[in-house]
Amino acid sequence: MGSARDFPTLSALNTEIRAKALSYGLDPFDLAFEVVTFDQMNELAAFDGFPVRYPHWRFGMEYERLRKSYAYGLHIIYEMVINNDPCYAYLLEHNKLVDHKLVMAHVYAHSDFFKNNLWFSHTNRRMLDEMANHGTRMHRYVDRYGAEAVEQLIDTCLSIDDLIDPNAAFENLPIEFEHGDEDEEEAFRVSRFRAKDYMEDFVNPPGVLQAEREHQEKERREQRFPVQPMRDVLYFLLTHAPLKAWQADVLAMLREESYYFLPQRQTKIMNEGWAAYWHSKIMTESGLMSPSEVVDYADHNSGTLAISPGQLNPYKLGVELYRDIEERWNTGRFGPEWDSCTSREARRGWDKHVGLGRQKIFEVRRVYNDLGFIDTFLDREFALKSKFFVYKEKEGEAGESYYEIVSREFDQIKQTLLFQLTNGGRPIIFVEDANLHNRGELLLRHQYDGLELDKAYGQATLAAIQSLWTRPVHIATIYSGKSVLLSFDGKKHSESRFEG
Amino acid sequence: MASSIEHDSARYRDIIKGRVRKELKQYISHSEMLGRKGKNLVSIPIPRIDIPHFRFDPGGSEGVGQGDGEVGDVLGRARAGPGSGPGAGDQPGSHLMEVELTLDELAQLLGEFLELPHIEPRGKDYLFSDKDRYNSIRRTGPESLRHFKRTYKHALKRQIISGTYDPRNPRIVPIREDKYYRSWTSRPEPQANAAILYMMDVSGSMGQEQKDIVRTETFWIDTWLRHQYRSVVTRYIVHDVKAQEVDQETFYHLTENGGTAISSAYMLADQLVTRDYPSESWNVYAFHFSDGDNWGADSKRACEVVQQMLPKLNLFGYGQVRSYTTGQFLSTLRDFAEGLPEATYPDGTARLVTSLINDRDAILDSIKEFLGKGA
Repeated sequence: MGSARDFPTLSALNTEIRAKALSYGLDPFDLAFEVVTFDQMNELAAFDGFPVRYPHWRFGMEYERLRKSYAYGLHIIYEMVINNDPCYAYLLEHNKLVDHKLVMAHVYAHSDFFKNNLWFSHTNRRMLDEMANHGTRMHRYVDRYGAEAVEQLIDTCLSIDDLIDPNAAFENLPIEFEHGDEDEEEAFRVSRFRAKDYMEDFVNPPGVLQAEREHQEKERREQRFPVQPMRDVLYFLLTHAPLKAWQADVLAMLREESYYFLPQRQTKIMNEGWAAYWHSKIMTESGLMSPSEVVDYADHNSGTLAISPGQLNPYKLGVELYRDIEERWNTGRFGPEWDSCTSREARRGWDKHVGLGRQKIFEVRRVYNDLGFIDTFLDREFALKSKFFVYKEKEGEAGESYYEIVSREFDQIKQTLLFQLTNGGRPIIFVEDANLHNRGELLLRHQYDGLELDKAYGQATLAAIQSLWTRPVHIATIYSGKSVLLSFDGKKHSESRFEG
Repeated sequence: MASSIEHDSARYRDIIKGRVRKELKQYISHSEMLGRKGKNLVSIPIPRIDIPHFRFDPGGSEGVGQGDGEVGDVLGRARAGPGSGPGAGDQPGSHLMEVELTLDELAQLLGEFLELPHIEPRGKDYLFSDKDRYNSIRRTGPESLRHFKRTYKHALKRQIISGTYDPRNPRIVPIREDKYYRSWTSRPEPQANAAILYMMDVSGSMGQEQKDIVRTETFWIDTWLRHQYRSVVTRYIVHDVKAQEVDQETFYHLTENGGTAISSAYMLADQLVTRDYPSESWNVYAFHFSDGDNWGADSKRACEVVQQMLPKLNLFGYGQVRSYTTGQFLSTLRDFAEGLPEATYPDGTARLVTSLINDRDAILDSIKEFLGKGA
């Protein structure tokens, strides 16, 4: 009893936990569990949970790192699940039965989240197959164009794979390539009126026509391309950079994967919180555990929810916020009446017995991502209860740097938290002009909001983009309050003041 | 499934090796790597392998944490300051990662970098060692090697034939005749063995810097020869006016005062070689490091011992490390070796190699001089 290869037991357990999850109102995809060894688990983890990926050294690096840290006893991967229909989840062979129960309960909630959260709605639910297809295509390119060339291109693309537009995930931008210029005449249609030959000069004075044509030409020259700054830099390069068909395909594949993984980054707190909320409900309310397993469960559960200074645990923050929301909507602590109540006494004992808590958290898991979740629901009382603080990196006398608590003010906590969650804590970059100086140079703009770009990384990334664009590439940003243009022309990096 | 991650891992290791290869010269001339040597692995700090992204400057970063503590409390170190840790300091914020290479991989890199030829073992006869493989079956043997499955099958057969097998109570009791045992065959395998004798002058004129150079150089010579031979034995001899055999630890750390008589070390080495490592079955290497400041009358005698010892050796290497005194022994030995029949193999490969090591940067060339002949 309890051995990992005891499939009948595991299978019965799965049926039982699934029934429990459904009875709570969860609506998961079907789940396929696989029992794997440590080595297989590490390998799968290196591949982000997928059994087959394209060949790349980065996976090998991650694998070695995981294997080493496992060998030194630094970590054990407990659960891994991939967003697919059916969902695939992995059980570690040598785990105890109680761990399997915990993982199953946890993973059913993830599966429910994948299926029902709005931000996942655009993801490919056949990603397992798609990833394998990417692998096959990539291997074909390796055979045809050589491992070096393909690897170099993948490195380049990975360097910019976060330059996508979170809002564009829902529009399916057509991937078409530009075909030459429009007909010149078509482009310059001036407002000529119909007139008899002898009236021509009178009805359509040449001077006016000429002026109009010049005006149009001027407008055209001044019009930027792209017309609107474009956040999906990958898409822009895909459709406008001089790429060969196979190169465009590689870029398109990596862009697709990037969009697929995007919601997982956008909903880390919500997704893990949701899973932690439900595994604790299912495990503790349903008589799943024998008395002897309770201690193991409690141990692992508290390990999952542990806090370490200087790091925010998404499991803990998520589950506590869901519970807080549930409590507030059960007792009616929302709406204008609650908001306008200033009596401390009244607020403390507030209970309108509305009982909407469960319904509310299901609604929350459907429509929010982390940014909205925190923005909407994290309030002063919750922050106080959770003992949040803001830390900042400071420099010591010996040049070493350390983290120091700088504030426990609610406003600052929330602002910092929201900033961390905005665009995954990465700078927001737009393509602004693809024909800078009328010489086909690419201008990117960093939307500056208080934090400067890491210059060394920025230049290296610029070089990656340049290798795709082939013409010089620039990024406009701000250093020490001044507009600065970082440029790379394929040979050397330069830096200049920039007005524009 | 398994092959795919192995492919990626192998590629990653290639990239690491590429990075190490690029910096190999620096690693070779600095002794810090020696401190990082494990049993079979060396861990080497290299610049972090990373895919660049647009990201915020990590300096002065902010975040939200959770827990007790007052405003102003320090949570922990974020990054080490400049100047701490090897290699840091030239570039602010350049993070290092430790990678592990096996000594074999390191030797390969060294070999490729210096274009060292592979060594053809010179030993007239190979040393044959017996290697056992369990690949056959016998009717006799110790119980610990009993082949359970075969024994069971035979006992079952016997019991069925003799009618003592009862399907309702399937008890099989093997008797003596049923038993089978695993057995081995011994196959002699040729094995080229090498012995390396390291000799060092520990007289007063050899300072810490000189010893460090010797230490670094012997580390690399050792790494290479171990890569070339299946098994390698090392012996260490230190000398001032008297020579004695010591262990590795003492070899690198002992400091004596006094004069120098190189011949004492050579005579001891000759004794060791003659007694323990007959050249029919051993490839013997002898390396001697000194600042060359020998007691005048002794040099001639030392040369004679070398001459006497040379036929028993694959290679005799003399490395002269520059110190504040100007040693004469290098030129004495060079003059002596000139035209000496024992100093070269019949094919013209040098058997006696001398090298002058001016400073750390010369270590690399010196290794090349010693090992570049393929002897």
